[in-house]
Amino acid sequence: MSNQLRLSLGPILYYWARDDVFEFYRRIADTAVDIVYLGETVCSKRNLVRTDDWLEVAEHLAAAGKEVVLSTLALLEAESELIRLRRICDNGEFLVEANDMGAVQLMRGRPFVTGHSVNIYNEYTLRLLAQEGLKRWVFPIELPAETLVEMQAACPAGVETEVLVYGRLPLAYSARCFTARAHNLPKDDCQYRCLDYPDGLMLTAQDDTRFLVLNGIQTQSAHTCNLVLELERMRQLQVDVLRISPQARHTDRIIEIFHRCINGGLALEEGRQQLECLMPVGGCDGYWHGGAGMLATQSHAPVMTEN
Amino acid sequence: MNKAMDLVSPAGNLPSLKAAVDNGANAVYFGFKDDTNARHFAGLNFSPVKIAEGIRYARQRGVKVFLALNTYPQPSGWQRWQRAVDQAAELEVDAVIAADLGLLDYAANRYPTLNLHLSVQGSATNYEALTFYRERFGIRRAVLPRVLSLSQVEHVVSNTEVEIEVFGFGSLCVMVEGRCILSSYATGLSPNTFGACSPASHVEWRETAAGLQTRLGGVLIETYRSGENAGYPTLCKGSFCVAGNRYHALEEPTSLNTLELLPSLQRAGVRAIKIEGRQRSPVYVAQVTRVWRAALDACREDPENYRPQADWMAELGKVSEGTQTTLGAYSRPWQ
Repeated sequence: MSNQLRLSLGPILYYWARDDVFEFYRRIADTAVDIVYLGETVCSKRNLVRTDDWLEVAEHLAAAGKEVVLSTLALLEAESELIRLRRICDNGEFLVEANDMGAVQLMRGRPFVTGHSVNIYNEYTLRLLAQEGLKRWVFPIELPAETLVEMQAACPAGVETEVLVYGRLPLAYSARCFTARAHNLPKDDCQYRCLDYPDGLMLTAQDDTRFLVLNGIQTQSAHTCNLVLELERMRQLQVDVLRISPQARHTDRIIEIFHRCINGGLALEEGRQQLECLMPVGGCDGYWHGGAGMLATQSHAPVMTEN
Repeated sequence: MNKAMDLVSPAGNLPSLKAAVDNGANAVYFGFKDDTNARHFAGLNFSPVKIAEGIRYARQRGVKVFLALNTYPQPSGWQRWQRAVDQAAELEVDAVIAADLGLLDYAANRYPTLNLHLSVQGSATNYEALTFYRERFGIRRAVLPRVLSLSQVEHVVSNTEVEIEVFGFGSLCVMVEGRCILSSYATGLSPNTFGACSPASHVEWRETAAGLQTRLGGVLIETYRSGENAGYPTLCKGSFCVAGNRYHALEEPTSLNTLELLPSLQRAGVRAIKIEGRQRSPVYVAQVTRVWRAALDACREDPENYRPQADWMAELGKVSEGTQTTLGAYSRPWQ
């Protein structure tokens, strides 16, 4: 008997208007997603939704039957960021997703999840963190399915595995804000330009190939990772949770497509085609298949010829 | 009274190691000839025989040796990394510089007397993270990622028992190290998995009507007009288009140079300054080590009146990427 795949919704990686965030999660409450990760993971200057607001959203989603996890910053530099982190870690009610080893340190001895920016590249690391309280880990973005096979064979009991199956890939974090830089503004006076780019700011190569997306201090892939065709393999590998990363539009439809594909209500190829139409640029799946992340090995829209 | 800061110089091969030792390094760092370290380049690094010779040369002159095992092993390669730790212990190096939790755990348990330094690839930017590595693996020192401002470096130092080493000079990573996968997005190979960023195997140089184009994994990184100096196509140093403007959207081809910050770093209690560049020539290592030795000595003797000398800056300018230098993230406006 194969295990039941559950669906999660990752944290919003962009900076959206306050009302848009609340409206987004009102709609998410009615979707088939099982787990919702909430909170700011990219930039501590993004304050339209504050910790108390996130906790309120968390209560609503929990009341709607969702498992809620509070996500935390990936790049922790200032004391003010650690202070906010401690408050989230000590919330006493919801599970916490650590996205930096600083957060892992604060969560030691209590149950926690690690996001993809905590590097778990081998079973020894996985076991060690399990001793510290790890309950679920997100498979690193750049690793291939082959590695997951070996990791799953050695995964400690009681630790769940989550894989990002849909969304633009977070590729890097910097002290520098690239969105502010694009506007010739210093980070300390960024004027919150991220608000203008609900799916990030497109960066193209000189030949117009759409390549990356600037999201404040984070750099993402322009193409959207899509592993819907791999659902059977995920099942065989006993993956527990499949993560969808929010985008400005169509997130509820994307969840619905994955849900139907998981339950057999929609053929995987049909699901892939429908998802392809909902992406800002196009799909990629290279990392999972052991190649360059930007490659689209199973898609009909190869990255390099697209304009 | 703060201790003087040590100078940690790169050694990509034996001639570079000797150049570092002869020109005043307090310690040299190097790696084996494989993907167990983050400068896994063709023709670079040390065979076991050469490494023993290098260690002898350094030891006889009172210089410490650090071995970088700072990539992230996956299950299929684990044995190779584990063997590398065993070899490091046999060679009795002064420290192993590592990043992966599993590998640090192995080293700490198997060789309790082996000094461990957390590599910049370990990506620890705050003292809470350092506390984890210290409590769990007993690390003595950590190299900070090049993303912290000067005041943030000071804050980390004053809140941790772990010795802090920072980058002083060399190629500048714009992204927090250990968590940047731009390279593998374009090529399939990254510093974490393969030990190289923007690997040469995936670089193309193409003469076109528009000029000389450089590509990485097929992605156009830069176009040079005839007569322009062409640089290596490191992904984050390319020219791209954003909102109709073509510019170095992430960072210019430039080198980090913190000579002018030395008194502040010394006052903060930073323990060591690291020079980047194991992939560079012995001449680079000699020049840069000589300048930094002079600067560190001057700063130790009279921090109040210390100023970077014009000839130091000129010397470093000559060996910088794009022949320009920056304070990087240490300076808030850069961010």
